[in-house]
Amino acid sequence: MEAIADQSVVVRESLGARVWQYCRRHPTIVIGALLLLVMLMIALLASYLTVDPMKLNPIKRLRVPGEGMLFGTDMYGRDVFARTLHGSKISLLVGLSAAAVSTFFGLTIGLMAGYNRLFDTIVMRFMDGIMAIPSILLAIALVSLTGASVGIVIVAISIPEIPRVVRLVRSVVLTIREQPYVEAAISVGARLPKILLRHILPNTLAPLIVQATYVCASAMITEAILSFLGAGTPPDIPSWGNIIAEGRQYFQRAPWIIFFPGIFLTITVLAVNILGDGLRDGLDPRIARQMR
Amino acid sequence: MFAYVIRRILATIPVMGVVAIFVFLLLHLTPGDPAAVIAGDYASPADVERIRETLGLNKPLHVQFFAWTGRLFQGDLGISIFSKVPVIKLIGQRIEPTLALATTTIIFAVLVAVPLGVLAAWKSGTWIDRSVMIFAVLGFSVPIFIIAYSMIWTLSISLHWFPVQGYKSFLIESGFGLEGVCRDTGRSGCGLVPFFRHIALPSIALGLVYVALIARITRASVMEVLTEDYIRTAHAKGLSSRVVLIRHALKNASVPIVTIIGIGIALLLGGVVVTESVFNIPGLGRLTVDAILHRDYPIIQGLILIFAGVYVLINLLVDISYTFLDPRIRY
Repeated sequence: MEAIADQSVVVRESLGARVWQYCRRHPTIVIGALLLLVMLMIALLASYLTVDPMKLNPIKRLRVPGEGMLFGTDMYGRDVFARTLHGSKISLLVGLSAAAVSTFFGLTIGLMAGYNRLFDTIVMRFMDGIMAIPSILLAIALVSLTGASVGIVIVAISIPEIPRVVRLVRSVVLTIREQPYVEAAISVGARLPKILLRHILPNTLAPLIVQATYVCASAMITEAILSFLGAGTPPDIPSWGNIIAEGRQYFQRAPWIIFFPGIFLTITVLAVNILGDGLRDGLDPRIARQMR
Repeated sequence: MFAYVIRRILATIPVMGVVAIFVFLLLHLTPGDPAAVIAGDYASPADVERIRETLGLNKPLHVQFFAWTGRLFQGDLGISIFSKVPVIKLIGQRIEPTLALATTTIIFAVLVAVPLGVLAAWKSGTWIDRSVMIFAVLGFSVPIFIIAYSMIWTLSISLHWFPVQGYKSFLIESGFGLEGVCRDTGRSGCGLVPFFRHIALPSIALGLVYVALIARITRASVMEVLTEDYIRTAHAKGLSSRVVLIRHALKNASVPIVTIIGIGIALLLGGVVVTESVFNIPGLGRLTVDAILHRDYPIIQGLILIFAGVYVLINLLVDISYTFLDPRIRY
């Protein structure tokens, strides 16, 4: 019994040591993930941590931060702290969804393009065309034509990101398909779907996860820009971009309306970017070497 | 070489073709009646019918597309729904501030980023290198309007070093313009100081993300070259570090750097829209935002085509420049 207890202690220690060692080797992953986790918690618990972000209080408008209001109030007397914390929901929702949508479509199209020459020729010309349009401009045009809603914003931000994912996946597929083990799989009669899913797909995952973090960071910035320009999330939903857009007119009198959501947005994007850099170094040494 | 240039120019045709198709279809891919989308929520049926008639939206799709591309080749980008002025004229009126902003930003970014990247590569592993890399990650993470408002708050409002907003025309201030009259003094041109004072903050705000991008690639590219044998030979010959870095390392690392400057143009053009809004610069970016708010579709179409055209053209020049930068590249 004692021996078993001893053994379990040894196992627990070695696991803890292993995690500790991994964290020490890739500190950026830990820092990025922790920061992102904090932001996720804030987004989930915003309703419990603060008051109603839409509650108007004209008597207390444009209050300086600190006077009973941690981040001050805006031009309608709304609590900037509550609005900033609630704003994290939209940013994270848009960032994570855009990363998921563009990765899914980019992966599917990229796998097919890497394996079918005719499809490749047609699709890659189309992708080159979309890449030539600045992504913010394309997203703005899509939102302005279809009307603002969170779903439309996610789609509009994801579409310009898809070509970048397609190019990445396609380049990996083109390299992997020439590998001897793929030739071996073909020679023993493996079918195309099996080759793609079993032999090619796993090789695309590491660079894809790294790319997804960059898409997520860029999507959060684009969402804020769209809302800032008045072509994003509907104004009745507090998103960081909306709060900043509303605070523009009062910038000289009440800069805190812009700065607090701005700082939160920056920290969140920074967390995702740091996590992405860490994952790149940890998961894909080839790309890491090129980027270092 | 000549054949390559021709081939490369021809390769831009399908890209621009796809952009044109995409821009044309954008309105038709959206759910609902395109005329109603343009007219907005408060339009009467007569307004919708008038827009449908003006834009030819009642004709078959392929007829509309060929008529539209036919007009494009004649330089006709359509007429603004809101102001009734030809789109090409509106773009012509607003192009100078955007060109000035983009040019000063690129010059600022390259002048700052390339030395930073080279320095980081040379001092690899030291605090200088780490600081540059931290700056590069930060530059990517701070949205343009946050940088812009922080700079306005500190440098314009608190220290009064720069004007808060606005733009002074390069053509008018320099005295090169046709109008040639300085707004402040009434004389022909009042020097370039007002122009630079107004363009400095927007260029820096817009340029920081670009600096981060170029510095990062410069560092990676120079670091790779520094491991080459000819660098060791150059050091062994007794050449100074400066000569080795600039003449041997940077020159051989230039292809990826020039490539990223070209690719980053898309980032820059997107950023122009935000920067011009924050600093109240009457350029193409502001025109874009105004067009969106009015749902002025011909202007949005025209601007996307112009921005995509500039991107394609710059990347064409980048590709052609490879043969000059690296004589080993032969097509």
